[in-house]
Amino acid sequence: MAEAGLLRSRLALAWLVAGEWRWHPGRFAATAVAIAVGVALGFAVHLVNGSALASFEQAVTGVNGAADLQVRARSPLGFDERLYPRVATAPGVADASPVVRLSAKAGRARFELLGLDVIRAAAVTPSLVGARSSGPDTGSDDVFAGDALFLSRTALAATGARVGERLRVLANRRAVSLLVAGTLPGVPDGQAIGAMDIAGAQWSFGKLGRLDRLDLKLDDRTAADTALVRLLGAEAVVATGETEARQGDALSRAYRVNLDMLALVALLTGGFLVFSAQSLSVTRRLRAFALVRTLGLPKRGIIAAVALEGAIIGVVGAAIGLAVGYTMAVAALRLFGGDLGGGYFAGGTARVVFQPLAAGAFFALGLAAALLGSILPARAAARAAPAAALKNAGDVLDPRAPVPWRPALLLLLGGGVAALLPAINGLPVFGFTAMALLLAGGVVGVPWLVRRLLSPWQDRDLGTAPRLLALRHVHGAPGQAAIALCGIVASTALMIAMATMVTSFRGAVDSWLGQVLSADLYMRADGGDLDPAAQQRIAATPGIARAAFSRQLPLTIVPDRPPVILIARPVSSNAGDPSLVLLDKAPVPARTTPVWVSEPAAWLYGWSPGSDVALPIGGSRRFRVAGIWRDYARQQGAIVIRDLDYARLTGDKLRDEAAITVAPGFQTDVVRRSLMARLPPGVAVTEPATLRRFALRLFDRSFAITYVLEAVAILVGLAGVAATMSAQTIARSKEFGMLRHLGLTRRQITEMLATEGALLGLIGAVAGVALGALLGQVLIHVINPQSFNWTMATRWPFGTMVGVTAALVGAATMTAMLAGRRATASDAVAAVREDW
Amino acid sequence: MRAIETCGLAKTVGIDRELFTGLSLTVTPGELVAITGESGVGKSTLLNMLAGLDDADAGEIRIEGVALGPLNDETRTKLRRERIGFVFQAFHILPYLTLEQNVALPLALISPDSAAAKAQAGVVLAEVGLGDRGRDYARDLSGGELQRVAIARALVHRPAVILADEPTGNLDPETAGRVLDLLARAVKSRGAAAVIVTHSAATAAVADRVLMLTARGLTPIDG
Repeated sequence: MAEAGLLRSRLALAWLVAGEWRWHPGRFAATAVAIAVGVALGFAVHLVNGSALASFEQAVTGVNGAADLQVRARSPLGFDERLYPRVATAPGVADASPVVRLSAKAGRARFELLGLDVIRAAAVTPSLVGARSSGPDTGSDDVFAGDALFLSRTALAATGARVGERLRVLANRRAVSLLVAGTLPGVPDGQAIGAMDIAGAQWSFGKLGRLDRLDLKLDDRTAADTALVRLLGAEAVVATGETEARQGDALSRAYRVNLDMLALVALLTGGFLVFSAQSLSVTRRLRAFALVRTLGLPKRGIIAAVALEGAIIGVVGAAIGLAVGYTMAVAALRLFGGDLGGGYFAGGTARVVFQPLAAGAFFALGLAAALLGSILPARAAARAAPAAALKNAGDVLDPRAPVPWRPALLLLLGGGVAALLPAINGLPVFGFTAMALLLAGGVVGVPWLVRRLLSPWQDRDLGTAPRLLALRHVHGAPGQAAIALCGIVASTALMIAMATMVTSFRGAVDSWLGQVLSADLYMRADGGDLDPAAQQRIAATPGIARAAFSRQLPLTIVPDRPPVILIARPVSSNAGDPSLVLLDKAPVPARTTPVWVSEPAAWLYGWSPGSDVALPIGGSRRFRVAGIWRDYARQQGAIVIRDLDYARLTGDKLRDEAAITVAPGFQTDVVRRSLMARLPPGVAVTEPATLRRFALRLFDRSFAITYVLEAVAILVGLAGVAATMSAQTIARSKEFGMLRHLGLTRRQITEMLATEGALLGLIGAVAGVALGALLGQVLIHVINPQSFNWTMATRWPFGTMVGVTAALVGAATMTAMLAGRRATASDAVAAVREDW
Repeated sequence: MRAIETCGLAKTVGIDRELFTGLSLTVTPGELVAITGESGVGKSTLLNMLAGLDDADAGEIRIEGVALGPLNDETRTKLRRERIGFVFQAFHILPYLTLEQNVALPLALISPDSAAAKAQAGVVLAEVGLGDRGRDYARDLSGGELQRVAIARALVHRPAVILADEPTGNLDPETAGRVLDLLARAVKSRGAAAVIVTHSAATAAVADRVLMLTARGLTPIDG
């Protein structure tokens, strides 16, 4: 006999699906909205991050002028200009353009000032060559003049200068008057860049004999790579536009991936909501499915019908989600900036660019969530025996039936194992896998938890019949409870996990700031360094007991990673310096130069106490790692070196920061004012409390978007509880009719439902909070170290835990009562006689 | 050819509750057989076994010569779809489909030709006296009318076998009598074989044969 083909039954399937949709349009709309919210959040966050990264790459290209290859100084100290002729004549190098690079200020406007050899730059990086208003002008005297400055359109607008005017420019502690001779038409909008003659820049800004960059035009990349490896000393590295872009990517990637994951939580919750809705719908339609099975629809037909519903929900929800997500991305860029408050792409002017591949991926994810949420209950419905289901009105509850616990245990164990695995390519892939498995295990384990929590109450006198009925119903139908709760358990768990992580992180940062900000005043030279004379003036200010000067400068260790921050400062002793919070240390033998590396640097570069590391300071030298210190400020890593060692190795005696201890008997504010009077403008003197407040404000700003995402996930979850409880209650109209025949008042039935709602809310909160505490540990001890390279101790968000529990119990109780009123409003006799 | 033929059927439910053993039944085309018996004796179970929805512990069932035993679920489903019609005590008219769609459902499971299915459903609805109600929904009909719709659904694809489980259990005697007459006439006119499970003497009265189901099998009851 031929197979019962599904294709031939497609008319019946279409009738079943269309009929159900006409019958309950609101339910389908609500589930599609849940998917839409998830897709919209995920797509918006992805678009914003992608657009910010694209704008960052554009900025890199603008400053680099699209050279084939670059030789870059490892630090702002630059490299010896005698390297230039050797590189220019190296095999494979067709032309080389030397560059001096300075951070410059004109009034309040900041821009990147490049000193260029115009003839060489015209051949290698023509976009950086200036033009007068009449057009490209490499032959003009202006471009060779030592004080001629060419500004990009953005820099011109920022400084407010006009071509032909003179502009006072501050860079490298020197203020110089330059003539704005023209513009840089090849530099795209949004990039604040200035260009001048290299000799003029070196002379005017104290960079004689030093270069920061060589832009290269190549005729043989392989030959050039080989030759440059031999030529370059410790002060310079080979870099391309891509390696610099990768630096930006590496710096923000973990943050972006974490945000993406958080946004997907909303989608996951939406998927659970579809599961809840479809489970209820399938349960309610069990007899209908049994009928069509009896009439000749194969099992696969039931699965196909429900999957088709899921697919339509997914397609509609995902399509709406993409449109809303795009709109949200545009709005979020305006409100929060390109990094959604993370502080990674400050100053950028990102524009949302539609990404078809990402749109396809999020569409597929939305569809998959809706399909999975539909197929799982459909499979259960297809397994039901048609004859039994037709006879029975769905009263299939058996309180004696054991509740399976092994699948939950297996998933939880799998999650535990995944949490122990290392990061892949710097991303906590297994960490997120662990979270997904633990989450799935927790949700699957809800029926077991319901039974476990309520069993001890079965034999107790609960006072009233409604309470007894409520307890018996929830205890006897733990699967129904799980269906109602899965979405809210998932979103609560993730909210508590995030709250635990953020509370722990914020607490750790706050406590760390308290430790490291041990001086009375902090001074930072903004726009110029402090030379030895300035340092002496500051130290001699009345009321200052001690001024600890430090120098911070970026140091490139690996070309495609962001530079670590080298901090040259006094270190009183290996163990006794209160501003250096040591996590681990090692003895320093005589005749070795110690450095102390930050925790992120140790994670990123695999450094450990007692090991020797090669650093490009004063030529390539080896240093002994004397300790690892806690640092929550520099994700890319930092290295502390004694100021005396730094000065001896580099000859650099400039400093840019100072920690000042006020002498006993002097008022801090008085000393601060007297210090300010002795300092040039642009030097900020701040009290530690202000710095601490500022740091914590930055912290809160960078996590603001995560709070928004969490709140949305919780709202979607609560909507799920409301929809599910409402549907479950309405589906029990016949039961309520029977109870009213037996003598229960409407009020008692409402009391029964309120008790059920409260029980479910409480169980959901207990499960969500417990699971969230577990997931929080994965975030703190696995995902955070693997993403951001720092560790912290757990601090529990007790207020949030109590608040979420109260909100859940309240919301579930209210929902159940409202649904109960609606369900008991119908005539009891009609309810009992109702066929379907 | 015999429409239904069973031989030596046995069925046990639960751990060791034997419903019946050695049960044999033959129904020829155009014949209407009523099966009565005490509650719990296994009447509905026997009907489910005849439909391929439940398995016998021993014995064989043939529908139009096709043995159900060796068939898998998929093939039994197709056989049921094409050769068997059902009438239930609780009507089971889907509330979200029109009456026309409800009646046409067996045809829609066989072929995607919607127009043909609805046209045929209209013809059968007219036969049961509801020709002008095709666009209505279940909530617009009385119990007797709903059962007539159910009978139309059982007949629409011209099955060789009609199985009815307490078809008048939810109806008053007068309505039940009209519905039974309708069912008997339709069975005879189509030459189908029908098995009706019932407690009702009135239902049994329209049957060609009345059989009593006990643990020892089926025993004829003289009219």
